[in-house]
Amino acid sequence: MAFSSRRMLAELKVYARGNLRSREGFFFTLIFPIILILLFGAIFSGGSGGPATVYVQNHDQGIQGVNIGTQFIHSLNMSYAESVNSTFPNHQNIVPALKLVGVPAGDNFTQYLSSHSSSDGIVIPSDFSVAYVAHQKVNLTIYGSPTSTTSAIVSGITQAFVNGFNVYGATGVHAVGTTAKTAVSSSYKYIDFLVPGLIGFAALTSPMFALVNISSTYRRDKIFKLLSLTPLTKTEWLLSKIIWYIGTTVVSFILMSTVGIFLFGAHITFGWGLGLFLILGPFFFVSLGMLVGTISNSPESAAVVGNLVTFPMMFLSGTFFPVQSMPMWLQGVAHVLPLFYMIDGLTNVMIYNNYAPALFDAGVIFVLCIVTFALAVRFFRWRED
Amino acid sequence: MAAIEVETLEKSYGNLKAVDGISFTVNEGEVFSLLGPNGAGKTTTIEVLEGLRDLDKGKVKVLGYDPWHDGYELHKKIGVIPQGFKFLDYPTPKEAINYYGTLFGVKVDANELLKRVILEDAANIWFQNLSGGQKQKLGMALSLVNDPKMVFLDEPTTGLDPQARRAVWEVIRKLKGEGRTVMLTTHYLEEAEELADKVAIMDHGHIVAMGTVSDIEGKYGSGQKLSVKGNMQLVTYLKENTHLQPEWDVNGTVSIHLRDKDDAIVALGAIEESGADWRDLVVRRDSLEDIFLRLVGPAGKEAEEGK
Repeated sequence: MAFSSRRMLAELKVYARGNLRSREGFFFTLIFPIILILLFGAIFSGGSGGPATVYVQNHDQGIQGVNIGTQFIHSLNMSYAESVNSTFPNHQNIVPALKLVGVPAGDNFTQYLSSHSSSDGIVIPSDFSVAYVAHQKVNLTIYGSPTSTTSAIVSGITQAFVNGFNVYGATGVHAVGTTAKTAVSSSYKYIDFLVPGLIGFAALTSPMFALVNISSTYRRDKIFKLLSLTPLTKTEWLLSKIIWYIGTTVVSFILMSTVGIFLFGAHITFGWGLGLFLILGPFFFVSLGMLVGTISNSPESAAVVGNLVTFPMMFLSGTFFPVQSMPMWLQGVAHVLPLFYMIDGLTNVMIYNNYAPALFDAGVIFVLCIVTFALAVRFFRWRED
Repeated sequence: MAAIEVETLEKSYGNLKAVDGISFTVNEGEVFSLLGPNGAGKTTTIEVLEGLRDLDKGKVKVLGYDPWHDGYELHKKIGVIPQGFKFLDYPTPKEAINYYGTLFGVKVDANELLKRVILEDAANIWFQNLSGGQKQKLGMALSLVNDPKMVFLDEPTTGLDPQARRAVWEVIRKLKGEGRTVMLTTHYLEEAEELADKVAIMDHGHIVAMGTVSDIEGKYGSGQKLSVKGNMQLVTYLKENTHLQPEWDVNGTVSIHLRDKDDAIVALGAIEESGADWRDLVVRRDSLEDIFLRLVGPAGKEAEEGK
């Protein structure tokens, strides 16, 4: 039986039409990707681009009409965070690093923080000016939370200014200016990692769930038997699904990237390497879904096996957070999950513009594609012995 | 020329022998009906003929092809509606026919085909919204897209209301009129009596009777029966005053087996002379259903055997 693109396109047309006519198909193709990026973008990226709010209580009594504590606060208020993106070397985000909010000296500081749902604050002691002028040791109290990322930023910036004041106090030289820049810890924003992760997520879930379901229900409803009585071949049928899901992944990519860039300010490069992953990813997951559905006895068992295969990949492959932030043993697990290579490759292309590791990732998926597609076609049967 | 030749076909599923050495021939242009209770082996037989299942033993030729090994060529020349026909949810009948036309590489006039199966009114309704009868008719339309020489219909009217069933029969008659060979499995005996040129009754993987309906009625029927609604007084009178052997059932029906015309005259005379109250005189031959039940056992026999 010779391959026929005419038959494959007829099958693609019927399947595409069915997907767009069904509410579920329409939702998962066009609406779900937007919801995903909006939801996770809002949860994880909210406020990350703006200055960290810090509550400051100044008890400093001053000395000879001069209040060093007030000068310190003024200096902090003039600090800026410079975010440098290596993908866009000429693009720099200069934003205020801290937003200082004064707390009346008579208020209980910890209660004040609690009532404002904050954990970040600085308290300047009453003898700050006196001790500073006398070159005596004096401590600022910095409030923070070990679980808060902004606390680390507040602490880092404050420490830098303390050092600056120390140098100035010791040498009389204005070593650290009041407009000193403080680089934040990362040059990438969370949304930059989230976009490739969610594109990988869409490339995994949509074809996997659909193919696992189709391969078992079509067998139950004897639709495969019906198709086996036509000249359509298994390869043509499977390729039509692969083409459809490459299309839906590209649509997801466009929607997510658009929302990511314009709503959350994501920085993404659009290199040719993207095409590799937008083709190889769905190709692999369609074949894998078909294989899982084919080796299962019923739609119910197919759903269970499908979930067992899909869920670890969803959460451990760097979809919602970088794999590097996971414990070492979990990172080892991630490296055996195919979705890891898809997301790692997309991240390398879209964020770092780094093609050497991306090509390795693509190579891994390519090999998996060939093996899984061959196994799916081999074990997927139209008719019974 | 024979459209189907089956010689000592055997097919088992594990220890269960679904088809046990059956043989039959179907001539071109015939409507051949396989009858039998559930589990008799009808669907297995038809699926082997369609090339959907391999056989264990025996020899099968359909339109000169080995269905399992030459399936690709055979499928271009046959049309099939599998048992419990289901299709994709969203194509309309018109789209489904055009899709099949592309798969088979043939030009097909969807509107004309829909008219042939009396489905033109539902041409643009999604498959999932069609009624059971309309779905079956679409199945028939799809089976005709490639202009097949032979059509396999596996229980095409199961679950349909009487009106829809009659409409499907009409389509089958048209197929026969066009000279196509039709292989029909059904457990509606009335359907086989209406449509089939030849009938084979299957039970437990064997063919227990085969031939035309009248052949089977002649061979396995018990001749003519005269029956009236009456009482035990009538039965007693007939037994005491004639050579006849009347039977009486709980519904109040007195049945008299008639060997010839003289028996009929004697029976009628005696009934009238008995002075008993009688009504609803009927003379009839054994129906295919009577013979079927005699050959494969009454309903529930399988369940009893399964205990």
